[in-house]
Order: sequence, then C-alpha cells, then structure tokens
Amino acid sequence: MYDGGKIIVGLVIGLCLLLSPFFYNAGKAAKTPQPVLTAKAKAAKKCVADTAYMRSKHMHLLDDWRQTVVRDGKRYMTTADGKVYYKSLQVTCLDCHSNKSKFCDQCHNYLDVQPYCWDCHLEPKENK
Amino acid sequence: MGVDRRQFLKIAGLSALAGLGAKSAFELLAPGEVEAALPLMEGKRWAMVIDMRRMTVEIMKKCREVCDDVHNIPDWGSPKVEIKWIWEEEFKHAFPDQENEYAADEVKAKDFLLLCNHCSNPPCCRVCPTGATWQREDGIVMMDWHRCIGCRFCMAGCPYGSRSFNWFDPRKAPKELNPGFPTNLEFPTRSKGVVEKCTFCDERLAKGEFPACVEAANKMKKDVMIFGDLADRESNVRQTLRRHFTIRRKPELGTSPNVYYIV
Repeated sequence: MYDGGKIIVGLVIGLCLLLSPFFYNAGKAAKTPQPVLTAKAKAAKKCVADTAYMRSKHMHLLDDWRQTVVRDGKRYMTTADGKVYYKSLQVTCLDCHSNKSKFCDQCHNYLDVQPYCWDCHLEPKENK
Repeated sequence: MGVDRRQFLKIAGLSALAGLGAKSAFELLAPGEVEAALPLMEGKRWAMVIDMRRMTVEIMKKCREVCDDVHNIPDWGSPKVEIKWIWEEEFKHAFPDQENEYAADEVKAKDFLLLCNHCSNPPCCRVCPTGATWQREDGIVMMDWHRCIGCRFCMAGCPYGSRSFNWFDPRKAPKELNPGFPTNLEFPTRSKGVVEKCTFCDERLAKGEFPACVEAANKMKKDVMIFGDLADRESNVRQTLRRHFTIRRKPELGTSPNVYYIV
C-alpha cells in the first residue's frame, strides 16, 4: 500500500471526528421532557379524554376535531361523563394549556416534529 | 330443489326493481322537509337581505371594520393584494347587468355593500380541485383553509370578486395599518398562499348568533340587514322578500345568489 501510514492516520482521525458527538455525550442521557401543567389544567383534573390517550393520540383527536368542525359543522362534543366541550385547539385546549412552550413545544422539539397548526392558529400570550 | 341461474337472475332483477320503487315512493311521500321551521343555528338555505334605502356609509364602514376584526383580516394598504370579506362598491360595478343608463340618481350615486353571495349553484365549488371549498347542507359556501392549495381557480370562477388570496403571511402585515393584529384571539389567521372569503360567520351561527356584520349594522339601525332561512316560509327574510322588490347581483349567470338588495 502506498502511503499506508498517512491513510491509516487519516482514517483514524476521520473516524474520531465522526464519533466525537457520541464520546462527548457519553453517559449523559438527554432528559425526557415533562409537560408542565398550568394551575388551571391541574384544577380541572380531567382533559377531554384520559391522559394516556391524550399523550399518545392527541394528534388524532385534533385531526378528528378539525374534520368534524370544519367539514361537518359539529362544533361541540360530549364526553363519556356528559361534559360538553367546544371543539377548538385555540379556544378550548389552549385555555387550560396556556403554557404552550412548556406543554406543547418541549416534546415537539425533543421528537423533532414541527406541527404547522401554529401557521394559522394563534399561540397564547405567555408570561415567560 | 336448488335455484338455477335463470331463476336467480329473475329474482335478483325483480327485487332490485322493488327496492328502487320503494325508495322513490318513500322519498315522494315523505313530508316536505325544506319548509320546516328551524332554530337559528340550523338553517336549510341561509340568505341575507340588505336594505339599501336605509343603509348609510357609516354602517357599511362599521360592517367592514367589525368583519376585519372578528376574522383577523389584515390590511395591506394596497388594492392589489387586498383581502376583503365584505366591502363597498359603486352601483355600476356591483350591478353591471342592470344596464339602466337612467337609473335613479340616488341609486347610481350609492355605494353598495357586497359580500360572498353564498350561491345555491356556486361556480367556485365546481372548480375547486381539492374540495377545499364546498356547499354545506345549510347552503353556506364554506372554506376549509387546511385543504386549500392556493390554485385560485375559485377566484377565477367567482363572478362576484368575493374571494381574496393571501399573497403574504397575514401576520407580517404592516403594524401601523393593523394595530393589535390579530384582533380576535378566538379565530385563526390564514397562512400565505390560501384563498379566503366570507363564511356567513358559520362559527357564530353555531353558537346561535347572527353574523358579525348583521349584528353590528342592526345595532346602528334596526333591520337594515336581515339574515335568515329562505327555506322557512315564515322566516324574516321570506317575509321581507314578499313585501319588497329586491335585486340580486348577476342572477342571469345562473349562480342563484342568496344576498338580496332592496333598492
């Protein structure tokens, strides 16, 4: 092999650079974000559906709301325990969860999802 | 004994005929749904009557302001990129088909209050390639801004100029022209590249309220704008239309507009 030494040194340096982020972050697990509840959300105790469902499937619920509200004009929903909610991300969800940066954005950033809801739907004014 | 192929086809054909006949008989004999009286929130064919004899410049200005505020409509300061749901227009532009050279001076000189006519036969809905605009069961020509791809076929299809295109992100509209934008925190803005228009305030109808312009106008002068259900014989719009002569914008196009003007 011509210039074998140089090639191997180069390869080793390249490999080190490639792996450096792993060495840099070794042993430090990134913290799983914990959505923060506002006082109002805590006081309400219950969301429109149970917490497990909301945590994993809220996008399906919102999609269903979007569909039924805009296409079918059905703007109210009744939960199993008889409570009636106005189906609106902006008006109903964000009324309790008025801390968008701590409730929505934390996880969305962690998972690198960029929902385009906020292109049109207004974010709550937060006192950070 | 089994049924052979011939018999099977005979039975199938006869039962299909019987089924079809029963269905149409049922539909024919069912009571006239369209005439039923309904509460405000559930109309069959929403319509508006604007009394231009009593309409004033101030009321029209107020209507536009209220609509802009309620629906977060930005002012771009230029007619080329203007976004309008309700607006004023000269008689000759609003009713070019009237072709009356010698119409009364007061009518010719007047500005008319225009908005989406929520046509019974809406050309915009026929041309929309994504189903982003369609006619609801209550007659409202609705928009689903989630689905609009901004092709602007509907703008070309609408003979009334009722549709506006968002050339820019509405949130970037000049601050000095739009103090406090977005003004209604319970209503979304739109995004760049989406068409928008009047929706007869479907979000207010759902709560049992009148459209924002009607409410604002009637606060200034009672019954200057009347909103109601054309399918209901005794509704306020039907009563008004029986009592007064009205005109509509370009009815000869066959769109069957649902905004009437008393002149």
